[in-house]
Amino acid sequence: MKKNLPDKKGYFGSFGGRFVPETLMPALLELENAYKQAKRNEIFKRRLKELQATYIGRPTPLYFAKRLTQRLGGAKIYLKREDLAHTGAHKINNALGQALLAEIMKKERLIAETGAGQHGVATATGAAFTGLKCDIYMGSEDMKRQALNVFRMRLLGANVNEVNQGSKTLKDAINEALRDWTTNVKNTHYVMGTVFGPHPFPMIVRDFQSIIGKETKRQILKYEGRYPDILVACVGGGSNSIGLFYDFLDLGVEMIGVEAGGLGIEIGKHAARFASGSLGVFQGCKSYLLQDDDGNVLSTHSVSAGLDYASVGPEHSYLRDIKRVKYTYITDDLAMSAFELLTETEGIMPALESSHAVAEAIRIAPTLPKDKIIVVNLSGRGDKDVMHIANLKGVSI
Amino acid sequence: MSRIKDTFNILKSSNKKAFIPYIMAGDPDLSSTYERMKILQECGADIIELGIPFSDPLADGPTIQMASERAMKKGVTLRKVLSFVKGYRHEFNIPIVIMSYYNPIFKLGDEQFIKLAADAGVDGFIIPDLTIEEASGFAKKSWEFDIDTIFLVAPTSTKDRIKMICDMSKGFVYYVSITGITGARLNLPDNFYHNMQTIREVTNLPVAVGFGISTPQEAQLVCKASDGVIVGSAIVKRFNDNPSTIKNYLLELSKAIKGE
Repeated sequence: MKKNLPDKKGYFGSFGGRFVPETLMPALLELENAYKQAKRNEIFKRRLKELQATYIGRPTPLYFAKRLTQRLGGAKIYLKREDLAHTGAHKINNALGQALLAEIMKKERLIAETGAGQHGVATATGAAFTGLKCDIYMGSEDMKRQALNVFRMRLLGANVNEVNQGSKTLKDAINEALRDWTTNVKNTHYVMGTVFGPHPFPMIVRDFQSIIGKETKRQILKYEGRYPDILVACVGGGSNSIGLFYDFLDLGVEMIGVEAGGLGIEIGKHAARFASGSLGVFQGCKSYLLQDDDGNVLSTHSVSAGLDYASVGPEHSYLRDIKRVKYTYITDDLAMSAFELLTETEGIMPALESSHAVAEAIRIAPTLPKDKIIVVNLSGRGDKDVMHIANLKGVSI
Repeated sequence: MSRIKDTFNILKSSNKKAFIPYIMAGDPDLSSTYERMKILQECGADIIELGIPFSDPLADGPTIQMASERAMKKGVTLRKVLSFVKGYRHEFNIPIVIMSYYNPIFKLGDEQFIKLAADAGVDGFIIPDLTIEEASGFAKKSWEFDIDTIFLVAPTSTKDRIKMICDMSKGFVYYVSITGITGARLNLPDNFYHNMQTIREVTNLPVAVGFGISTPQEAQLVCKASDGVIVGSAIVKRFNDNPSTIKNYLLELSKAIKGE
């Protein structure tokens, strides 16, 4: 397993690279350079470490879900509690790191796209923390299902821009954010929220998120005296999953990435890129993509806005091709049932995105012996989804 | 022999600049595109730039996004545009350049696309999201088929990059007048003349300027420092919103650019 990726041109095997208008290229090179220096700079590293502890609340706990494990009657299930990180999801790990980089590059303004709203909230938080101006782009469809997060971003002082183009979801928000960046690139940093887009974003976001796996490794050794057998995480763009997986890649640990199966693969309303996508170039990089025969990007569906995206981080495509990580999908219905089961057995409400990972653990745990250990990345908390779930159930609050 | 090169040489010998209009192929359908190309040629276009509809045109502003949506609604695709060009190429005596995002090309396959384009009589390619870092294989293949590769220099490009971009370009170099997307308001940055000078230092290729140019006055201003002017969104918008005034408008643009 090679861990010196991406290469100089930003490739993980044959995935990744840089496909953007020339206007942005100098900014990507500037960012790559600033990041390389920061990574070696003791002051930067110390500051980030201190803020991870005092501001984000790291390390997040690794929790043994005893009642869920007993209910399922198979492998032991541990939850990595990223839902307990500041702002309620793993997104802050990256957003704060990039906000600090923007400060170093003397940028005045942060922009970001958001799907579920968690990355928008995290970026708005990073902006408030550093005193930078902030604009968030969000599809109008997502603004409806995540109204609470829209209000949170506004409270944090961010300007939330409604995107009405195309499918009005995450991919269209990224297009608009890239257009803003192209226009204001001199004073603005684009905080890409996932391990996607042009190099160096997939690398930087992965590095900031890899703290999840580093902590998990330490914690499981303390509790169990050994590494887990299986890691499970949901994959939208793929930042929480790569964050959990990365430090385990060299070890003999099995890994499962869970995509959004939506209403089902057969009827084409899903976001399972590995199940029916093909190689494409989209929003800055080469990766698996849901597209038609003419290279136009297909619309996707998932009950969770954060997984509702037509492509997937290039490093995931690489890990899939070398067969290091197994990718599967979970439908909306199963994710909703997992949400309910975890809430009821453990008193923990997972985000609908994370519920996909929980659902996969629920599916496999009973098939495994009791001495096996599964770690699920509970990437975010479900408070933001409560209204949406009430609507789906026809309950008015 | 490059038809684009010839066009610029002939213009240069009479001290004139090139008028390069852009329209979206298939907006609102391909038969309209044929009519519109006829009008462009009749009104003084020296080169026609033909856009390919794409689901996610991230370098374009609202005008071209909407034109792209109209064309996609009619099912217009890269393949259909190429076969359309092939069918009517003989009716146009000026160079035709295809402007497309990279994914439709990548999906078709670089080589297959280049062959079909060569067969259709296409003279050049502009691919706004194909960076020079990713372009060398594509460019070499295009040159084998005598198709020019036109790359964009941006106001943010450093001198090193300008040199690399010009080295990868054939036919002409496309200078992006503003940091922004197509159809934005023209607000020439301070470094415009300086960057144009830098391009001249590193290449002998003609330089055409585009993005944000909508009035004859603006066209006249930028062509003082360049060899040609590209006008896209303003033309697309007028064809759609106010077609009765289009000929007059094109003639005025053409006059302003050619100094007639």
